[in-house]
Amino acid sequence: MNRIKQLFEKKKNILSIYYTAGYPNTGDTIQIAEALERSGADMLEIGFPYSDPVADGPVIQASSKQSLDQGMTLNLLFEQLKDLRKNVTIPVLLMGYVNPVLQFGVENFCKACAEVGVDGCIVPDLPMVEYEEFYKDCFEQHNLSNVFLITPQTADERIRKIDGLTNGFIYLLSSSATTGKNLEVGDTTETYFSRIKNMNLKNPTMIGFGISDKQTFDKACSYANGAIIGTAFVKAIADGDIEESVSGFMKNFK
Amino acid sequence: MKYKVNEKGYYGDFGGAYIPEMLYPNVEELRQNYLKIIDDADFQKEFHQLLKDYVGRPSPLYLAKRYSERYGANIFLKREDLNHTGAHKINNTIGQILLAEKLGKKRIIAETGAGQHGVATATVCALRNLECVIYMGEVDIERQAPNVARMKMLGAKVVPASSGSKTLKDATNEAMRDWINNPVDTHYIIGSVVGPHPYPDMVAIFQSIISEETKKQLLEQTGSDQPDYVLACVGGGSNAMGMFYHFMDDENVKLIAVEAAGKGVSSGLSAATTYLGKEGVLHGSRSILMQTEDGQVVEPHSVSAGLDYPGIGPQHAHLFKTGRGQYVSITDEESLDAGLLCTKLEGIIPAIESAHALAYLEKMEFKGGENVVVCLSGRGDKDLDTYIKYFNL
Repeated sequence: MNRIKQLFEKKKNILSIYYTAGYPNTGDTIQIAEALERSGADMLEIGFPYSDPVADGPVIQASSKQSLDQGMTLNLLFEQLKDLRKNVTIPVLLMGYVNPVLQFGVENFCKACAEVGVDGCIVPDLPMVEYEEFYKDCFEQHNLSNVFLITPQTADERIRKIDGLTNGFIYLLSSSATTGKNLEVGDTTETYFSRIKNMNLKNPTMIGFGISDKQTFDKACSYANGAIIGTAFVKAIADGDIEESVSGFMKNFK
Repeated sequence: MKYKVNEKGYYGDFGGAYIPEMLYPNVEELRQNYLKIIDDADFQKEFHQLLKDYVGRPSPLYLAKRYSERYGANIFLKREDLNHTGAHKINNTIGQILLAEKLGKKRIIAETGAGQHGVATATVCALRNLECVIYMGEVDIERQAPNVARMKMLGAKVVPASSGSKTLKDATNEAMRDWINNPVDTHYIIGSVVGPHPYPDMVAIFQSIISEETKKQLLEQTGSDQPDYVLACVGGGSNAMGMFYHFMDDENVKLIAVEAAGKGVSSGLSAATTYLGKEGVLHGSRSILMQTEDGQVVEPHSVSAGLDYPGIGPQHAHLFKTGRGQYVSITDEESLDAGLLCTKLEGIIPAIESAHALAYLEKMEFKGGENVVVCLSGRGDKDLDTYIKYFNL
């Protein structure tokens, strides 16, 4: 069984951390994954950098640029990830934009993910219709979850369709925004989170975008199976010792 | 439908809507409504009235006598430079501002390279009293200062894009981010035939007035509505698409699209997309773009800010792949020389963008008597600084 499914079956209040591959230094990808698992992260999203990341805010964009400038490529990332499963047991997803995947070849990409032990992917600009028509079979053959995003503006009918297509979790954006905005749980957000909760979807849900501390994490967990932290973590590891930065950051959530 | 968009938003292998979910409702709202709104008789009436009384259309189709003598062919210039605000861009912004109003939008955003689209957007926002925010690369803000001043006078807020190459591609990224963060009340007026479906089709429809008029004017002036050649410069490709639109199905009319070679196609400083690029996804559609093997977008270069873009619209990619259009390129120097030549021969200072199309005339061979239409997409006032530096004026 896919590690993502197993995780959601046995645990509540899941803490997932996003970080950019090859940031702050090219060789840090695996070390960060191992440090995060040791510090209590439940799931990882490793971002493969892209030159034109329109859905990201300035912090993640800058981390992607630094990583690319230092020579990160998808080939290099898969090389690094050959060591992933030596010490990392929690589910791992790759997150990035569609063009690098298309250039790598979708089939090659799925195969490479499966070989290194990646459990799923998040490709925000891959249209649902394209996925369904061309790529779904390939993802399923390699036992990969494909996670879709939904926002407060996503209609119920479309959410149902996404719920039918995906097999890992659904990524609830706390608002329609690029990454790095603060979560403000007001009446509108609360209505939206409750609406999704009441839809009784077959897939679990994770709330992302704007989660930065224990308070926002706990709040998100009251509406979903867990939450995803990206920008705040990327900021925290910008400089200094990786082990210390990771464990220092993760202490905030204990 | 051979070269037009299909019901799924594709031109052959190109097009589609590769957008994050945050943009889906906005783009879907447009997709479901744009044809209905554009086809409405009241919309058409208001659109054409504004094009006539405000933009100054029809723009003349001018038989350039000295050019014609030089090349031994009848060289016609479609004078988009005579439009209000100085370029073809206003045709599209008039259309989109009316559409945005029908959709109930209160705030307008746009990206701009040379500033022509920014000025055209700021103009229609002033005209219709809508809030306007224009994203422009830091590099372009510097090299297109008069247009930045125009936008500010028109009440627009000009926001510098400081990522990447700090040019058009990055301004487009910033505008898309703004749209993601303001999904409900904001309409994004994309200035070229790029972006997710339905933008390429919508912009092409608004710009198709160029070839629609050209056909009528050619018929009056030559007795035939079909020239031998039509030429236009291509960055994203909106003036070219407007110029080609009503000729696409006339297979005997040769369509020539002129890209910016920059310092030369092999120099590493170029924007010659079809020569250097391959298929991929940028800014929401599958097209041809300049990229590394790893799928990272390569930063383009052109002396002309309006052509400084690493991709082309998906419809252009389709015309290129099917061979219906011929895609060629012209260097920075060749374009500047052609700009000066046009000034001296015809008393018209062209935008450096348009000068790329004119420059290709030098490379063509005519049998004599052919009818050739060049889209003079904009005027060169905004480029005086570049001309001054290059020619030591």
